[in-house]
Amino acid sequence: MQHIGAFAWGEPMNKIFETPLYGYERSPDQDNPTPVRRKVIVIGAGPVGLAAAIDLAQQGIEVVVLDENDKVSFGSRAICFSQRTLEIADRLGCGRRLVDKGVLWDRGKVFFDDRQVYDFNLQPDEGYANPAFINLQQYHFEDYFVQRVRELQAEGAPIEIRGRNKVDAIGTHEDHVRLEVESPEGPYTVEAEWLLACDGATSPTRRMLGIDFEGRVFEDNFLIADVIMDADFPSERWFWFDPPFNRGQSALLHKQPDNVWRIDLQLGWDIDKEREKRPENVIPRLKAMLGDDVEFQLEWVSIYTFQCRRMESFRKGRVLFAGDSAHQVSPFGARGANSGLQDTDNLCWKLKLVLDGKAPESLLDSYNTERVHGADENIQKSSRSTDFITPKSEMSRVMRDAVLDLSEQYEFARPLVNSGRLSQPCTYDGSSLNSADALDGPACTRPGSACPDAPLGDEFLLPKLAGKFTLLTIDADAPDTLEEDGVEVTRLALSVKDDLTLALKRRYLGDATSAVYLIRPDQHVAARRDSYQENSFRHAIRRACGKE
Amino acid sequence: MSDLILTPNLDNADDFYANLLAAHEGLEKPDSDALNARLVLVLANHIGDGTVLSDAIRAAALSKN
Repeated sequence: MQHIGAFAWGEPMNKIFETPLYGYERSPDQDNPTPVRRKVIVIGAGPVGLAAAIDLAQQGIEVVVLDENDKVSFGSRAICFSQRTLEIADRLGCGRRLVDKGVLWDRGKVFFDDRQVYDFNLQPDEGYANPAFINLQQYHFEDYFVQRVRELQAEGAPIEIRGRNKVDAIGTHEDHVRLEVESPEGPYTVEAEWLLACDGATSPTRRMLGIDFEGRVFEDNFLIADVIMDADFPSERWFWFDPPFNRGQSALLHKQPDNVWRIDLQLGWDIDKEREKRPENVIPRLKAMLGDDVEFQLEWVSIYTFQCRRMESFRKGRVLFAGDSAHQVSPFGARGANSGLQDTDNLCWKLKLVLDGKAPESLLDSYNTERVHGADENIQKSSRSTDFITPKSEMSRVMRDAVLDLSEQYEFARPLVNSGRLSQPCTYDGSSLNSADALDGPACTRPGSACPDAPLGDEFLLPKLAGKFTLLTIDADAPDTLEEDGVEVTRLALSVKDDLTLALKRRYLGDATSAVYLIRPDQHVAARRDSYQENSFRHAIRRACGKE
Repeated sequence: MSDLILTPNLDNADDFYANLLAAHEGLEKPDSDALNARLVLVLANHIGDGTVLSDAIRAAALSKN
């Protein structure tokens, strides 16, 4: 999504997004007579670029992040982070911080016209270490990730963020990429074996490489206002269709930490953007929504438009695109930052194997295939939400209103109400890295799936599967370690008795009495069967590394 | 799972039709459109089966396949 002229004013209590967090410092690379070649360079220090850099550095890969700015995100921007993102953040050493600060919620209300049509309680499924989602301003998210970078640096990990380093030109070569970088002290040249473009929806990298980015433009404008108020509104998601205070349009109210509330108002297409975001026009709209007697302070206001589109391919030689630079969706359903983290989660272990010479370069093509699959799913789901929220024809509005009218009296119509579907991890069905399913087990753990968490007494399953190939055995025998062509696999031996809540059994066995899973470093299932068979698992490992 | 029924199946075709017209009597066009839309949704939920519903949409569009 693209923000047009966002700004903050007044004396907001939260100035974090105006304080430099990674100010410019001269790098020795700028004084080297010949360009220094780095292993991996990441362009962009947003949530996706930072996640990629931390992931690589944790695996011992030298990584340099270049960002044209030196601060965290301006304004709250992305505010809803999904369970899968929190699980990935756990692996990156940041998950706890996000959950401790974030707002947890599971209730919501839906309004249509001048009335509430229903309320809901999501009643999340039990047995996961992380909540289904949290609300948190993007600037806090980035701040915690930068803190994690600092910790890694203190431990001596090869990671660096260079603020106010703007990439002006990119030369692509067979085995490296050459970057011309503009710094406050003048230009310099640096090279990288691999380049990760995490530079957002308007990706300069994409433009410099002349790559198309086509898709569907939604002709609409939305006003985001973050307001600070000590109001009594509960931590619920409130969504209005066609309310009296914003006729013919939609509105959203959602709580963030620090008494900040996100208000999102659809404005329509044919508006004067400069006029609409002036405080004298924003404030009356908010008063009409919140009530005249509610005291509030504006922290940040932005008008945005959006498109649903993706690049044809997320890989171009030694350049890999991740996050909004590769794909854009509507904001309904929180699929921007959340899908970007699934991109880097998918990419970094593959890049590690390729850099170590343990997998062919072609393994990176599976990054493209698997994440294009994810992007297409996200584009479809967010386009459907958008079509419900902003009907594009008379009949689509008639059907939409019929759903809302029915939802007030009849429960059956409520699943049809679509004000954004929660981001779920993508299952890589049909991926060439999967082996054929050889277990009569639950669908949620079929090959390609992201492993669902499960309680193990006082602990949880997912932290035990982090960052390496694992052979998960449940009431089955297998060797404790296995090596296939340089790739090491470690066994995690469990029994259904390890989880008295039986979530482990429900999610990993179903009707089967035993199971052996091969799990990738990104916690996706590569293969499964009812018992260990050396030959088939050796094949499965080779397949998961792009060698078959 | 059953197939979409495209042979006569109504208990009393004339009663149903009269009932349907009566529900629309006196309604302005927008209200009639809204009623039809709600009726489609109620019936679709009653049927539930996705294959039957997509066959029904295709049948209603009067397409040959």
